[in-house]
Amino acid sequence: MFEIGIVDYGMGNLRSVYSALEAIGATPVICQEAQDLSQVDKIILPGVGAIGDCIHNLKNRGFVEVLNHQVLEKGKPILGICLGMQVMAKCSYEGGHYECLDWFNAEVVRLEPSDLNLRVPHVGWNNINYSSGSILFANLPASPDVYFVHSYHMQCSDSQDEIANCEYGGNVTVAVQKRNIMAVQFHPEKSQDYGLTILENFLRWQS
Amino acid sequence: MLKRRLIPKLQMKSSQFGSSSKMVLVTTREYQKTIEIGNPVSQAKIYEAQAADELIFLDIDAPAHQRNITLDVIKRAAEEIFMPITIGGGIRSIEDFRLLLSHGADKVSINTIAIENPDLIGQASSIFGAQCVVVSIDYKKESDGTYRVWGQSGKLYSNWDVISWAIEVERRGAGEILLTSIDRDGMRQGLDINITKQVVQSVSIPVITSGGCGLAAHFVEGFIDGQASAVAAGTYFSFKDENIMQTRAQIKNAGVPIRIHT
Repeated sequence: MFEIGIVDYGMGNLRSVYSALEAIGATPVICQEAQDLSQVDKIILPGVGAIGDCIHNLKNRGFVEVLNHQVLEKGKPILGICLGMQVMAKCSYEGGHYECLDWFNAEVVRLEPSDLNLRVPHVGWNNINYSSGSILFANLPASPDVYFVHSYHMQCSDSQDEIANCEYGGNVTVAVQKRNIMAVQFHPEKSQDYGLTILENFLRWQS
Repeated sequence: MLKRRLIPKLQMKSSQFGSSSKMVLVTTREYQKTIEIGNPVSQAKIYEAQAADELIFLDIDAPAHQRNITLDVIKRAAEEIFMPITIGGGIRSIEDFRLLLSHGADKVSINTIAIENPDLIGQASSIFGAQCVVVSIDYKKESDGTYRVWGQSGKLYSNWDVISWAIEVERRGAGEILLTSIDRDGMRQGLDINITKQVVQSVSIPVITSGGCGLAAHFVEGFIDGQASAVAAGTYFSFKDENIMQTRAQIKNAGVPIRIHT
């Protein structure tokens, strides 16, 4: 068994996630085949790009069934990042209507900040407010700045799933957790030392 | 609250070392005179330690050398630096986007090709997402007071005026605009606040303004008067006495929301 696997389904920047995990002392493996996921203890689902391609690639490469089995049935810890978080919702309205993994009772909708001076995409460093008991955010200062780049966001129907939010012309859910399933909208691999701490927390997480 | 961003711009060109070539960091003036000042990856690590918010690597003589030396810089930077990286210079195709993104770039900045083949903006945006498509707009102020867009590092005249082009690239799917004054490049006399503000007010995507920062006060003007989401600077940060952390403190004291990393 390997410590941690990164799902490679043709959606973006795996190298940064890989390097960030190496920097905190982990030995990640890239999982290009769905079956590779049975060989790892923890899974990271990254993702950059459009949700349509994302769900299409996950399905085409056979990841959907294997992810459902490993995560929902076997309870393997998983961390979704950015699009990897959004794909865990029930559906997304980015460029149409796409059925997603349905792990969270949530929909992905376009950011519509009430303050018209705020721009979309939401790009840059924004401070987040996290639930005090959340292990993913252990060892961080209150309200740390992390790096975002996104135009769509997850809206949860079950408010207890939300473990962090930020202010962007309204409250935006930026991290969710349901048992072994965790996800963040921002990029820990791009958030300097705070981001690395979050990845360390995920590595240490025990169910 | 979303913070305004300070972005060191690392301008690179190839330099011959015996039979091989590698990328060196340079400063420029009005896009012409270049001075070699060091190694791009080591400089990037210094900027990271100083808590810069993002980095922009610009390959300023990309057509003149092999692509792989640029990829090598990006690959090494992405292995060692955990912050957002944009790369620009010499991008011609979707394949270039794919290559740079897969080597660790988070965003790709296009300039000349956007003018020559604006369809590429929309294609890249739909394949990779708008968030990684930065359109770089270089401009000169004409004698009649209008602002004109130039390609090829200020050598290719275009018919676009800056505002119309900014609106056009947003319509076509750009996720961000990098606005640079060629006349002010490396002059350290201040940003062009007037055109920055006009562009910011004409589009709804984030605008990074650059060209001319010589003092912390110039950044403050860019944020407060120009209303830019980010200010990028090359020459300013290359001079070792200009420390990003001191600059940040001064900007924060002027009332601009900015990340102070302790």
